Amino acid sequence: MAVETLIVLIPLLPLLAFFAIVLFAHRKNSLSHWLALGGAGMSWVLSMVVFWQAIQIEDLSQHPFAVAIQWLPTGSTGLNIGLQIDPLSAVTLFFVAWTVLMIFIYSVGYHNFGQPRGDHDRPGLPPHGATITDQHGHTHRVPSIEPMYARFFALISLFAFAMFLLVVTDNLLTLYIGWEIMGLCSYLLIGFWYGKESARNAMIKAFLTTRVGDVFMLLGLAALYSLTGTLNYQSILNNPTVLNGLAQAASPLGGVSWAGLIGVLLIIGTIGKSAQFPLHIWLPDAMEGPTPVSAMIHAATMVSAGVYLVIRFFPLLSVGWDGHQLTLPVLVMGAVGAFTALFAATIALAQNDIKRVLAYSTISQLGYMIAALGVGAYVAAAFHLITHAFFKALLFLGSGSVIHGMEHGVLHTGENIDPQNMLYMGGLRRKMPITFWTFLAGGLALSGFPLVTAGFWSKDEILAGAYASGQMLIFWTLALAALLTAFYTMRQITLTFLGNPRSQSAEHAHESRPAMTYPLVVLSFFAIAAGWVGIPDYFPLIGGIVPNWFEEFVGSMLLFHAEETHHSLLPLFTSLVVALGGLSLGWLTYRAVRQPLDPLEKPLGGLYTLLKNKYYVDEFYQLVFIRPARWLAETVTDRWLDRTVIDGILHSIARLGIWLGNVLRKWFDLPVVNGAGDLTATGTRNFGAFLRSLQTGRVQVYATIGLGAAAMVAILIYFLWVVG
Amino acid sequence: MDWIYNHLLSLILFTPTAAALVMLLLPKEKTALLRNFAFAASLIPFALTLVVWAGFNPQAGQALPFQFVEKANWYSAIRASYHLGVDGISLPMVLLTTLLTPLAILASYSIQERVKSYMILFLLLETGMLGVFLALDLLLFFVFWEVGLVPMYFLIAQWGSKNRNYAALKFVLYTMGGSLGLLLAIQLMGVAVGSFDLLELYQRWPTLTELKIPLGLSLPTVKAIAFWAFVVAFAIKVPVWPFHTWLPDAHTEAPTAGSMILAGVLLKLGAYGFLRLVLPLFPTESQMYAGALAFLGVAAIIFGALGAWAQNDFKRLIAYSSINHMGFVVLGIAAAAALLETTSPAGMLDKNIALNGAVLQMFNHGLSAAGMFFLVGVLYDRAHTRDLNDFGGLYALLPVYGTVLIFTAMASLGLPGLNGFVSEFLVVRGAWPVMTLATALAMIGLFFTGAYILKALKMVLHGPLNTRWKDHLSDMTGRELLVISPLMILMLALGVWPAWLLDMINRAVAFLF
Repeated sequence: MAVETLIVLIPLLPLLAFFAIVLFAHRKNSLSHWLALGGAGMSWVLSMVVFWQAIQIEDLSQHPFAVAIQWLPTGSTGLNIGLQIDPLSAVTLFFVAWTVLMIFIYSVGYHNFGQPRGDHDRPGLPPHGATITDQHGHTHRVPSIEPMYARFFALISLFAFAMFLLVVTDNLLTLYIGWEIMGLCSYLLIGFWYGKESARNAMIKAFLTTRVGDVFMLLGLAALYSLTGTLNYQSILNNPTVLNGLAQAASPLGGVSWAGLIGVLLIIGTIGKSAQFPLHIWLPDAMEGPTPVSAMIHAATMVSAGVYLVIRFFPLLSVGWDGHQLTLPVLVMGAVGAFTALFAATIALAQNDIKRVLAYSTISQLGYMIAALGVGAYVAAAFHLITHAFFKALLFLGSGSVIHGMEHGVLHTGENIDPQNMLYMGGLRRKMPITFWTFLAGGLALSGFPLVTAGFWSKDEILAGAYASGQMLIFWTLALAALLTAFYTMRQITLTFLGNPRSQSAEHAHESRPAMTYPLVVLSFFAIAAGWVGIPDYFPLIGGIVPNWFEEFVGSMLLFHAEETHHSLLPLFTSLVVALGGLSLGWLTYRAVRQPLDPLEKPLGGLYTLLKNKYYVDEFYQLVFIRPARWLAETVTDRWLDRTVIDGILHSIARLGIWLGNVLRKWFDLPVVNGAGDLTATGTRNFGAFLRSLQTGRVQVYATIGLGAAAMVAILIYFLWVVG
Repeated sequence: MDWIYNHLLSLILFTPTAAALVMLLLPKEKTALLRNFAFAASLIPFALTLVVWAGFNPQAGQALPFQFVEKANWYSAIRASYHLGVDGISLPMVLLTTLLTPLAILASYSIQERVKSYMILFLLLETGMLGVFLALDLLLFFVFWEVGLVPMYFLIAQWGSKNRNYAALKFVLYTMGGSLGLLLAIQLMGVAVGSFDLLELYQRWPTLTELKIPLGLSLPTVKAIAFWAFVVAFAIKVPVWPFHTWLPDAHTEAPTAGSMILAGVLLKLGAYGFLRLVLPLFPTESQMYAGALAFLGVAAIIFGALGAWAQNDFKRLIAYSSINHMGFVVLGIAAAAALLETTSPAGMLDKNIALNGAVLQMFNHGLSAAGMFFLVGVLYDRAHTRDLNDFGGLYALLPVYGTVLIFTAMASLGLPGLNGFVSEFLVVRGAWPVMTLATALAMIGLFFTGAYILKALKMVLHGPLNTRWKDHLSDMTGRELLVISPLMILMLALGVWPAWLLDMINRAVAFLF
């Protein structure tokens, strides 16, 4: 089969799995996961084949695999959509296929496939646990299978479809389609346990917050399409004429070129999707969904898509930027990315929920990638996107395994604690060794533990890029964020796995099933090894031993290469210090925690409360945006404008009509028209009454009248004719 | 057979009337017979529309602006004729009407009282609506325009819910009030040109240099007055903000099928009037007042969305969503109006895209609004309330209904992959270069579209289950699924592959404007 056909099949298979499950297998648990796994597995195979073929091709960035058809006929032309694999989409496809497949396999175990049905299961709520009686007559409380098992696999298949579509497409419109379908899937999956009040709020928050970014992005799409007549990557991003034209055309915003305006609009889309400040608020709440969903959103799909967009459009975003005079999009990316990296890292310090720490860490790491683009470190951003996807998927799945173990303990002991609170954990390394070692690999990668972890290589490159660009503020901000990252990661590892158990449940936790632990092992391999393909040549001692394949392959996407910069050892030194320093500090601070209490809570005081409450951003938004918006809708639009003003005018017109009718009736109809009529009527009636009085029935009266009448007639005749 | 083929449009137009006449003779207590007869009869125009569709040559041209044309003498004294025909703009609307009518009748099987008169009115309503889309004569257009009102008035006033008399009266008086100016303007044009024939008017009215009737006003003034008479009549029907307040009342009080047709087809009559009459007959005036029209369209988008978000009555919320969605049609038309006499290739393309978007949005809104109203009705039939605060967590009880509702709601929200997105994207794309500010402001409305759709889903389906419904609600029946499935299939088909419809619209629009 031609490679283009294979590319078509990659997104199509999970979509078919989705429809098959919805239509035919929505009550069959086993069939539903086989369909989903089949779809994801086939896509994985095809992705690997395509990836393999792609890396064989010499100048893939200039001659990508591509196929297109006309989708929207407009006027005498039309808008084409199609598929394309170039170096950037090839490497993205690689990590998406791997993480998606691992998450799918993990989900089978996570949702307790093979366990009995729960005793009091209610659709829309997490499985409640089942009571079983063993052969000795003892009853146990054990985890029960997810009541909406098939629905879960249908939805993540759709999710995978959307991400694959976004990756293999060749134009911004189809990207937007995949982007939005992912928004729907995250909405439905964050609210998977829709019966919970918190879940139904989180699902709406996620959808609407990202939608803020999406509507701006749609304008960017419209603008780009209007100006260039196409949305195809190759014809815009690989075309210096178009890029320079956009950079020189002035937009309605004073002083900003069209390239700048479109760039900013697209970046706002990314800010929403990749949860950057100030639209970051939805991501931590997205923890309401099942853990595989968190891994899906945080690593494989959703947030990666946001960063993928800005990496993809970097040629447009950076056009007109010669490395000195900052353009608006570059400035925005640098500022937003660096600020978010630090901002989210500080919040992560004071979170006790194992998944929330990871959520803020995701926000922070995505800030890293965007800041990397803000300093022109294009390849480093793509590199960190990939390594982060592996180790963050690993960490989330690992945390899910931990939560599962804890839940088991909670079910066993009947203790009333939150199984996600790290303060009640401790000592889990002995109970859950595979989870521990893989989590350690992921955690060290996140911290940028030198040399052996993938995270080190990608983060180091970002720091080196920031340093080389001369934007020292960004450099030091990112360095500080890296220090905090290592610190809170070690805090997490120490609190969860080291020391001694701080609750009954933690003592009774046990290792998860193979379906959950095998994916962890696979992902931990990539969390370590994925960095080796991008070891810079200038690196002391080991640089150049392994060729920097990643730089060469993905770097070929750019038409204009930044000039070779002088490589200083300061950034390398900094990244070593922050990683090791942060890890040691974290260990020293948290190694001796015996009670479920954070030792930093007292000394930090008000600052800790501020961090714990995430700087009160949610409360601020509630006050400044949401409440006024509700007031605008409910009071201004509905009550005042529609019901009072517009309907008031209408009703006034109606009343005026009725009043006019009444007036006419009173002053014209009644006296004039009716008056005249009535006069006729009463006159006739009176005359009749008079005549009736004559009809007495007596012959004498008739005779008298007749005589009188005859006399009158006689007199008349006499006077008229005889006399006259 | 030839005779049938040559009179297809008349057959489509009058089969419902004929069926209604036959129904007069049927016994009124046999409700099953009445329903099935009405349903079967309404399938005939649909089938005939498919025949027309198959025989339609999408490549419009000077020689063939309209197809399946029929022309006969009607009021020869005032030179009004019975003139029918379809092009790529009206044919999708005809399809929408003949598709939605059987579905609405099928949805009305739950009507228990006075089935006979209900079904007869419904069939008459179909003729009224189809006549507007098919007419190529202004007077004929007006006659059908008014004919459609009468059955709708009775449907709301007789089979509506609590506040039906107020709503029915508001609906009929408002629309008729708007039509007065339209009638006068039509008379004026007919006398001035000496014909009511649309094709003739297209040629002569815009280029008219002197007026035969002595009014004491200059010709541009007369034309501007006529233009506004048209605009107000159609704006009320669309409805364009601030002429919209009849809509929430009428839609909310109407029976389910009535709301489906109101939102699905009747609103399109107004937008169709803009496309068929206002833009071609008043090019200068349209261009002059395009900005005002865009402003009103954007106001409809924003205030429609905000109004919807504020509602706690499920049906009223959906009613407001129509204002929001039809605002995009108006925005597209306004953008095209501004570019009506452009000659630059870029401008031509923008105009074309905006109009493609507007016409497609009409069709798409017909599908999604009818679907949403139907689904509200399904819930109302069971729960006998529409108050969102009374629901909650129903997904657990009604899994099929919940899934169908989410699907339809997402089409209404404009989720890419479903139909609404394609047309909204085209409108935004077409309007952006001409009406940049208006388009940017429309994004506020687009955001709140999400807010109100999710509000409805949240309050109906999600959250803790309101226990009063436990064991009291049953999931969708086969008949109900039969009503919604064609709509869902079309929503998906148009979202994934819009070209089959867009191609027809595109050619017609490119030829006409």
